[in-house]
Amino acid sequence: MDFFLLEAVANAGGAVGAGLAAMGAGIGVGQIGKGAVEAIARQPEALNDIRSNMILTAALVEGVALFAVIVGFLAMVL
Amino acid sequence: MTSKLMKSFTVAVFSLFSLLISIPSFANGGGAENDTTKKKSFNAQEVIFGHILDGHDFHFLDITHADGTKTVVGIPLPVILYSPQRGLDFFMSSKFHHGEEIHKGYKLLNKEGIEELEKENIDVKKEGLSAGKIIAVDENGNWNKSVKFYDISITRNVVQMIIALALLVWVMISIAKRYQKGHGVKSAPTGMQNLLEPVVTFVRDEVAKPNLGDKWEKYLPYILTVFFFILINNLLGLIPGSANVTGNIAFTLILGLISFAVILVSSKKHYWGHIFNPPGMPLGVKFILVPVEFLSVFIKPMALIIRLFANMVAGHIIIICLISLIFIFAGLSTYAGWGTSLFSIPFTIFIYFIEILVAFIQAYVFAMLTAVFVGQAFEEAHHDEAHAAH
Repeated sequence: MDFFLLEAVANAGGAVGAGLAAMGAGIGVGQIGKGAVEAIARQPEALNDIRSNMILTAALVEGVALFAVIVGFLAMVL
Repeated sequence: MTSKLMKSFTVAVFSLFSLLISIPSFANGGGAENDTTKKKSFNAQEVIFGHILDGHDFHFLDITHADGTKTVVGIPLPVILYSPQRGLDFFMSSKFHHGEEIHKGYKLLNKEGIEELEKENIDVKKEGLSAGKIIAVDENGNWNKSVKFYDISITRNVVQMIIALALLVWVMISIAKRYQKGHGVKSAPTGMQNLLEPVVTFVRDEVAKPNLGDKWEKYLPYILTVFFFILINNLLGLIPGSANVTGNIAFTLILGLISFAVILVSSKKHYWGHIFNPPGMPLGVKFILVPVEFLSVFIKPMALIIRLFANMVAGHIIIICLISLIFIFAGLSTYAGWGTSLFSIPFTIFIYFIEILVAFIQAYVFAMLTAVFVGQAFEEAHHDEAHAAH
């Protein structure tokens, strides 16, 4: 248990957590972008609707990633 | 074939890039340990927290003279302290001389102050003390824990929020008056109207109308206020040397709580019915679903709070980290510092433009999600068929 309370381990854990969150968010935002581009290619006239939905969904995914960043940050600071 | 080559090339570039990024973090860790022995080494953590946290002054730069004395360039702000034992105190933060002097029995903690407390075997983290906080001290300058006091100072976040508010009210009222007189209604809009009218109509047509149905007119003032208030604070926070208002959890907490109150006030029976008695579910599922649905009532505003906070803090940290890289490398050798600045500064400018985009997106997302949640709260049963598929 003491191993996890070492400052270096906590820092490393925070960094690894942030990296994992970045990976997950990257995959998620990539999927959203892929879906949006395909949808726009199929129906260019729906560009505005697709764009606003894409930004909203990307923001939601990004929000989850940033929760993880904050948690990782706290692991390093606290 | 070319695409495969391109792919391996990008992989190589990115691994090199991430390697470059990972080296300074090691250098930084080493630097922090050597801090007590070498006073002059650059401490990235201190710089980052100095920028993103609230403070008792606007701090622009430190000038270290040849003889080791330091001149701090900044704007001092008023400190207001209320203590049941000592009464109300009001003075400027410049009286503290950046933590070097005691004024009226109070002391501003700086890095040296924290180190002194640590030498006295006080657990600084446990007591919630950090650089920039004010503590009460006795005659000998030691920390007097028995004096309880409330710090209600006008900090830089407060000052900047008031500036943003004044700016917003001034711009909006002057524009509203012009519309009242008929400019922009009978004739073409002029000046500032051109800048804001598209934004207002965007929020009305893209955010309010699709999510709020027939009641959009009732909620539009709130949504526009939230949108512009977050936007102006985000943008002012990007000015170098300014405070990080939207990256403060207290600020976003209050915005989230107001949105929460709006959601609760506008909620109808149908909304609560779906939470406590989801229709068409077997009894066993309800035992799982009802707690989850009930928690989601609180998680929605929580997500609003943390999203805005985390986005703004992360953006500020990235910019400061990229600038800090130059000084971390300069600690190794001067030429490394110059070399790093060659890629660090263009990248900072790039991130800076992304942050301007994020300032707009986060204001939009906050307004949008508030509208969506309010719309869900007063949704009536007949709308439900379309949403049942989700």
